[in-house]
Amino acid sequence: MYRTWAIIERELRRFRRSPTLIVISLLFPIVQLVILGYAFGGNVRHLTLAVVDRDRGVPAVKLKELAGSIAANAGTFEMIPYADEGAAILALRNGRVNGVLTIPPDYSRRVLSHAAPRVALIEDNTDNFVAASMGATLNGMIGAANQPAVTSQRMPGQVTLDVVEIYPYVPYIQYLLPGSVVMSIFMMVMIGGGIIFIDDKARGLHEGYLVTPITKFELIAGFVLSGAIKAVLAGFVLMTIGSVIAGIPHPFDPLRLLRMLAVIVMTALALISMMFLLMVRVTDPLVPRAIFGVLNTLLYFPSGAVYPQQGFPGWMRVIAVADPFTYAVHAFKSLLLKNTGFAAIGGDLAYLSIFTLIAMTAAVRLFRRTL
Amino acid sequence: MDAIDVRQIVKSFGDFTAVKGISFTVGEGEIFGLLGPNGAGKSTLIRMLVTLLPPTAGTALVGGFDIVTHQDQVRRLIGVIPQAMTSDTELSVEENLLIFAKLYGVPREKRKRLIDDLLAAVELTQWRDKQVRQLSGGMRRRVEIARGLVHEPKIFFLDEPTTGLDPVSRVAVWEMLRKIKAERDLTILITTHYMDEADKLCDRIAIVDHGELKALDTPGRLKAAIPGKNVLEASFAPVPEGWTATLQALPSVEGVTPHDNIFRIASGNGPATTMALMSAAAQANVTVQSLSVQSTTLDDVFVHYTGRALRDALHDAPRLDISHMRR
Repeated sequence: MYRTWAIIERELRRFRRSPTLIVISLLFPIVQLVILGYAFGGNVRHLTLAVVDRDRGVPAVKLKELAGSIAANAGTFEMIPYADEGAAILALRNGRVNGVLTIPPDYSRRVLSHAAPRVALIEDNTDNFVAASMGATLNGMIGAANQPAVTSQRMPGQVTLDVVEIYPYVPYIQYLLPGSVVMSIFMMVMIGGGIIFIDDKARGLHEGYLVTPITKFELIAGFVLSGAIKAVLAGFVLMTIGSVIAGIPHPFDPLRLLRMLAVIVMTALALISMMFLLMVRVTDPLVPRAIFGVLNTLLYFPSGAVYPQQGFPGWMRVIAVADPFTYAVHAFKSLLLKNTGFAAIGGDLAYLSIFTLIAMTAAVRLFRRTL
Repeated sequence: MDAIDVRQIVKSFGDFTAVKGISFTVGEGEIFGLLGPNGAGKSTLIRMLVTLLPPTAGTALVGGFDIVTHQDQVRRLIGVIPQAMTSDTELSVEENLLIFAKLYGVPREKRKRLIDDLLAAVELTQWRDKQVRQLSGGMRRRVEIARGLVHEPKIFFLDEPTTGLDPVSRVAVWEMLRKIKAERDLTILITTHYMDEADKLCDRIAIVDHGELKALDTPGRLKAAIPGKNVLEASFAPVPEGWTATLQALPSVEGVTPHDNIFRIASGNGPATTMALMSAAAQANVTVQSLSVQSTTLDDVFVHYTGRALRDALHDAPRLDISHMRR
């Protein structure tokens, strides 16, 4: 029994002397609780709704006023007026708006003549949570429009909302795939650029590099590019296998593969730069292992990979705005679920490039070519 | 021109000064040993010379280039074997050499010949395709020696190359270094805490302790410079009052250092002192429990200059934490 106590004593003494690990091991479940707690099931708000009014009659204006009051009060969506339905649908495909409410030219006439007036909601159904929230809110609004102050009987004059989905049905596994592709890139960066990098440093392998005439820039470029190559391979393999598993239509469309490759490369560069910045002054091999989980939770769940960001509380949207995962996930969703072109992902690629540039500049400044 | 010219070099880590203003020169073609216990500042000194650590004050010229202002030129001239085993265990012997040949910009047409020659020199030709992880510690060290020479450096730095190796492997490493040295135009600076190694291998030795240079000369002259040709180590029971003085008065005795129960007696004539010691013990009714007579070794030199035996110093000195140095 004494021997057992000796082991217990040793383990507890060792434990007490690693305060960082204790803090991180307690921090991890807290971060997970908070992030996951707010990541799922929040009311989806702050959507954008394009409104195309091709009627301009008084009933149409009333309908828009009703929508305006929802925007001002519940804040489910903001309205953006579009003159041209074509432009509105293009904005929908490129992800700038979440739905298009079209009021047809004969709307006022039909309302006034009780001839079954209809309005249409064209929605981006690649995000079921967003689509459901938008549809429910507008249905509620139409219901309110159909409650005149004087008469209450159901009659042909009541407006109906036709919901048009512009994409085929997206099962949840397809919805999750973009996040998984980003995760595969992150995992490889974490292992190759984090754990192995620090292990090599601790084993003195970097000392071997530092005594050669290699310049600081050549050394960093070597670390970053080798990490990026590994991460790109991981991302590409996961995208291909994942597309087949999740049943993405036309998984080997060459043009899309090319666009995907561009996003994978930029994501890999952004994440490896971030990892290099985090690890540039670290020497303890436990650190990358300890922060693995925290970083994973902190980057993955707020990115919109599992639930729309419109459902997040304000502070989490702040994380989401800075999170490189957000832009990578958005770009992969556009390409995999909507098969869009570069127009829809230009902003994502721009953010990832700027993120890479800033993280890399900071890392290079912090990197020391001596021990 | 001296291959290495160290000028009042100082390195501090916060409040702790690891190297306290050391100066010395190493001539071209010399094998120069830095001898001292762990924590003496040897590794810090060598790390400054190979541009891994910037000195706090002072500087050094390596191959005529300043280690502070001309790091790149220094790096091109030197080969370095760090203290830790830094060969890549996942790669094969040959791949290890190839990567470093590329890091040093050795032209493609020279690489193969150089690597073949070096593998032959360290007797690893038949192991060239084996992963380094499959090799023994001694073989791994030889891979690293070959790796450090892959760009034909003029000056070769080895930081405790035999620490952690078994006696047979240690001797093999010395042989190898001697052979390599004979075949090329090379200056070698080696740190060690093994006296026999420094004695057999080095042309000149600097004894370093607590960050200071305690002595510097050829092993022969270092040994000749301290009192006595022989050292007697003896223990007695019982030890009478004034025994040290009695021993001091024996013929040819040049110094007595009691250490716990053991007396170290420096003597100009070992046999004569031994005879006298035995009869003095018999007269005083003291039993001689143990007695050894040796020629002066570097161990004695070390005791003379640092006031303690190297084996004690090895235990006393705190092993410097490497991570602390990296910060």
